[in-house]
Amino acid sequence: MSFRRVSLGIAAALLLGGTALPAAAQDSIYVPLFTYRTGPFAGSGTFIADGMHDYLEMLNQRDGGIGGVKLVIEECETGYDTKKGVECYEAVKGKKPVIVNPWSTGITLPLIPRAAVDKIPILSMAYGLSASARGDIFPWVFNPPTTYWDGMSMIIKYIGEKEGGLDKLKGKKIGFLHLDASFGKEPIPLLEELSKELGFEVKLYPVAAQDMQNQSSQWLSVRRDRPDYMIMWGWGSMNGGAIKEAVRSGYPMDKFLSVWWPGEDDARSGGAGAKGFKMLNWHGVGTSYPALQDIVKNVVDKGLSKASKDKVGELLYNRGVYNSLLIAEAIANAQKLTGKKAVTGEDVRRGMETIKLDPARLKALGLEGFTDPIALSCTDHNGHRPAFMQEWDGTKWVKISDPIEPMSDRVKAQLEAAAKDYAEKNAGWPKRTEACDKAS
Amino acid sequence: MDILYKVLVEPFVFMGEAPDLLVQTLWEGLVSGVLYALIALGFVLIFKASGVFNFAQGIMVVFAALTLIGFYELGVPALLALLLTAGVMLLLAMAVERVVLRPLVNQPDIILFMATFGLTYLLIGLGELIFGGSPKEMITDALYLPQGVTELTILGGPVRFQHLDIAAAIIASLIIAGLAVFFSKTRIGRALRAVADSHKAALSVGISLNQIWVIVWFAAGIVALVAGIMWGARSGVSFSLQIIALKALPVLILGGFTSIPGAIIGGLVVGIGEKVGEFYWGPLVGGGIDTWLAYVIALLFLLYRPQGMFGERIIERI
Amino acid sequence: MLYREAGQFKTTYSSDMAVFRLREDRIGVAVIVVAAYALAFVGSDFLLQAVLIPFLVFSLAAIGLNILTGYAGQLSLGTGAFMGVGAYACYKLMTAFPDVNVIVWILVSGFFSAAVGALFGLPSLRIKGFYLAVATLAAQFFLQWCFIRVPWLVNYNVSGALDAPLRTLFGIPVVGATATSQTRYLVVLTLVIVLTWLASNLVRGRIGRMWIAVRDMDLAAELMGIRLLQTKLLAFAVSSYYCGVAGALMVFLWYGGAEYDVFNINQSFFILFMVIIGGLGSLIGSFVGAALIFIMPIVLGIVLPAILSPFGLSVGAETIEHLRFMIVGALIIFFLIVEPHGLARLWQIGKQKLLVWPFPY
Repeated sequence: MSFRRVSLGIAAALLLGGTALPAAAQDSIYVPLFTYRTGPFAGSGTFIADGMHDYLEMLNQRDGGIGGVKLVIEECETGYDTKKGVECYEAVKGKKPVIVNPWSTGITLPLIPRAAVDKIPILSMAYGLSASARGDIFPWVFNPPTTYWDGMSMIIKYIGEKEGGLDKLKGKKIGFLHLDASFGKEPIPLLEELSKELGFEVKLYPVAAQDMQNQSSQWLSVRRDRPDYMIMWGWGSMNGGAIKEAVRSGYPMDKFLSVWWPGEDDARSGGAGAKGFKMLNWHGVGTSYPALQDIVKNVVDKGLSKASKDKVGELLYNRGVYNSLLIAEAIANAQKLTGKKAVTGEDVRRGMETIKLDPARLKALGLEGFTDPIALSCTDHNGHRPAFMQEWDGTKWVKISDPIEPMSDRVKAQLEAAAKDYAEKNAGWPKRTEACDKAS
Repeated sequence: MDILYKVLVEPFVFMGEAPDLLVQTLWEGLVSGVLYALIALGFVLIFKASGVFNFAQGIMVVFAALTLIGFYELGVPALLALLLTAGVMLLLAMAVERVVLRPLVNQPDIILFMATFGLTYLLIGLGELIFGGSPKEMITDALYLPQGVTELTILGGPVRFQHLDIAAAIIASLIIAGLAVFFSKTRIGRALRAVADSHKAALSVGISLNQIWVIVWFAAGIVALVAGIMWGARSGVSFSLQIIALKALPVLILGGFTSIPGAIIGGLVVGIGEKVGEFYWGPLVGGGIDTWLAYVIALLFLLYRPQGMFGERIIERI
Repeated sequence: MLYREAGQFKTTYSSDMAVFRLREDRIGVAVIVVAAYALAFVGSDFLLQAVLIPFLVFSLAAIGLNILTGYAGQLSLGTGAFMGVGAYACYKLMTAFPDVNVIVWILVSGFFSAAVGALFGLPSLRIKGFYLAVATLAAQFFLQWCFIRVPWLVNYNVSGALDAPLRTLFGIPVVGATATSQTRYLVVLTLVIVLTWLASNLVRGRIGRMWIAVRDMDLAAELMGIRLLQTKLLAFAVSSYYCGVAGALMVFLWYGGAEYDVFNINQSFFILFMVIIGGLGSLIGSFVGAALIFIMPIVLGIVLPAILSPFGLSVGAETIEHLRFMIVGALIIFFLIVEPHGLARLWQIGKQKLLVWPFPY
């Protein structure tokens, strides 16, 4: 009982005093990473977390930070849970973070209105609210390099090409296997619009988060409907579960396409039958790039990484690297724009808006050929970059197409409608007052 | 009228149109029913002997599977890893009996039920700490579990039977038969039944309650291990598996909490009912009804028979 | 010395049966309430936003579940879904009638939750004990499915999630991104105090006694003339009311937007643990349980690295997460062994010992 009292007393004291959390020191930049190494999505989240952490740590080790200022990298475990994500956000707010990556559409949504008030930019790279690509309405939210609507239009375009033209899609059946959550349902309006326009039939197969590893019902329905193509929009253990079930029920794997989220482990879980599985991607895989080599040398070999050596360079690891690439570039830009070394959230927002990763800059960063060049602007917080299709050959990913341009005209219309809709529904959504910088 | 037609007639018409799909659905339902029954069996074992509703059975399934994979990854050959995992489950049973059951011996059932909640969370944290949170692949090859598929043409269409599922059904039946024999023929089995009837009477004839509880939790642990292997082989091992264990509750409702054959029949009813319901009636409402269909079936059943199909009639006295 | 009954003479029955009989008790409660309000002006943003507001919201939900499981004895695992019903009802009302005060809608949304709760409580007349838990599980999963499958509930918006449009109270924003944590904390605190006072009167009155009678032995209660149907349904309704209001507060005054997954089965378990550890059948237990289950992991997250980093041991964020689970589980087992009636009983024992201190009895 007295032990209880003592510990409760300490806890209370710490609580009230612990609010005075140490702010970032004068000459350092605080970058929190919202990660999930626990929970049903840890299968994907762990690699992303490793990639994100290792790239930034590499910059610390190799260059002493960005512009000579060290980065303070701190991971906060969210478990893909909205409650814990918002809690992480509140916990790190006091330490003056320069940018946050929620890595979950569910966590991003409550944070979007707060970003402008708290002056912390949000980077929801290729996830989150697609409408936040409109920088004029969402000045504090960024989602490069592509949105879910772009991605869906790219997949439809690819299928059209395979069939010999978009008009050949008439009468075909396309199945959409998705996580029964905001992330999975976002592309459905665009898919249905395209189906009306191009004449193909859409079949929806939702997968509840608790049934991600028990998808036999969905794949039974797939067998009944026999769609010509299957498109998957999954995350975490849903991808691996789906590929396994697809192999088990005998669905032709080369007709199975996915958005950019499955990783090597998901494909491997399907065994030999998973050969031919296709997915979108926009960056390279492997450790052949000089920057990746630097990561191995400065971080992994020094024991500063939580990743095992064979996972460095895998798809989701490099996805995390890309995320940190954007963060680092935004910070560097912010330093250039403001002349300050220890930049703040507002500065990094401007830095993010003026990002210009052209081939020369990519080469200087040691990532030549890693990804397509991208440039953001005040009104375009996304870039709408093309992504290419890659295929699983049983052991690794093989690029099988050139970068596919999205159907911008249709996506643009959807984006405008959605952004306007969001602003209207949230009465009092502030008009953008932040100034627009020219890219340097 | 249209709605009535859609609900009451069309699905059956569809069943008749594609009988091979019906067979496939029934088979899938049978397989998942058997797997649910395996998990429910663990519940029944513990409830029969100690009156405790062990909510932690689900996490025991995951924990057992992860321990097996953990040993295998350390380099231990698969069959030896099986034995070692059984040993770990025995240790777990002893620990649970000592730390959770003994201090709570005379408490009302609800307290013991909630203690197993605590056990669940403890095992989740411990499991994630030791094994990490990412999903793992079950070592099906090393355990000589068959892979591969047989495709038969039944009633005009292809029906696929996974060898793994057939193996699962056979192994589950063997376990159930074995447990039935164990309970009725062996000395320990009789002791278990005595303890289930009345703790005090069992004590008075010299049956050591503590020993019985360790044995029963160990048996439940072995059943959990087998369930973990089978489930893991089908869908990979991760912590989201323990939510699937919640599905065992409708199974227990239908089959009764104390009946082993009831667990099987309950499992089959739930498994087949779920799959058939989702496949034929699900599309009417947008799909995804298998998350709650089992519970609603159990609920409707309970309204008719509050003690379950095979459970003992509840007699309330003042 | 400080806590004495001596010298306080009661001259009426009502003062003798009052909730806070002793002057010291009344002073204590007044101090707590004043301190709670003062914290709004003194506390940091983190304290208010991430610790106190959620603590209050979960306490309210725990009071709801305590009424159902602790006082009326009906085990329920559907708390998360009932919270969700309240949140979605509030959203629909708020967006359909934007001019009406949002506080009104928060309180009204509880009634929708109460109706749904009473509906799913109908099986409790036939089903008892663990079996009822399964019936409420049916409610939990079915309602969760409805939240995602019925787009009308979120006004057909693209993201399929609830968002918090700007709403004001006397001109000050209370809902929406611009609402400061102080305003929101004050609103939540006031609502929780009012609703707790209401619950306290309910459980100490005739209705509360009916619930306790039903919990102890419903057959005997029925023989005594208590109508089981009305009593049990009322318990479900009142409990769901509290959970619904808590859900609305959670989404609109704490998160500021939520996906349907927030109301999943883990939320139900979470609240159940609070009630178990706090003490079944005790209002103060709901608060204490919420504090322990919710605040302890946050404290752990701050304390553990502080303890371990001087030794050079870095504790990864996910390790803290694992330890959180383990400690919650261990605490539940520990409390059930040491004091099955929860922390509230410990508090009661403590008060009784204080009353006669330094004598042992």
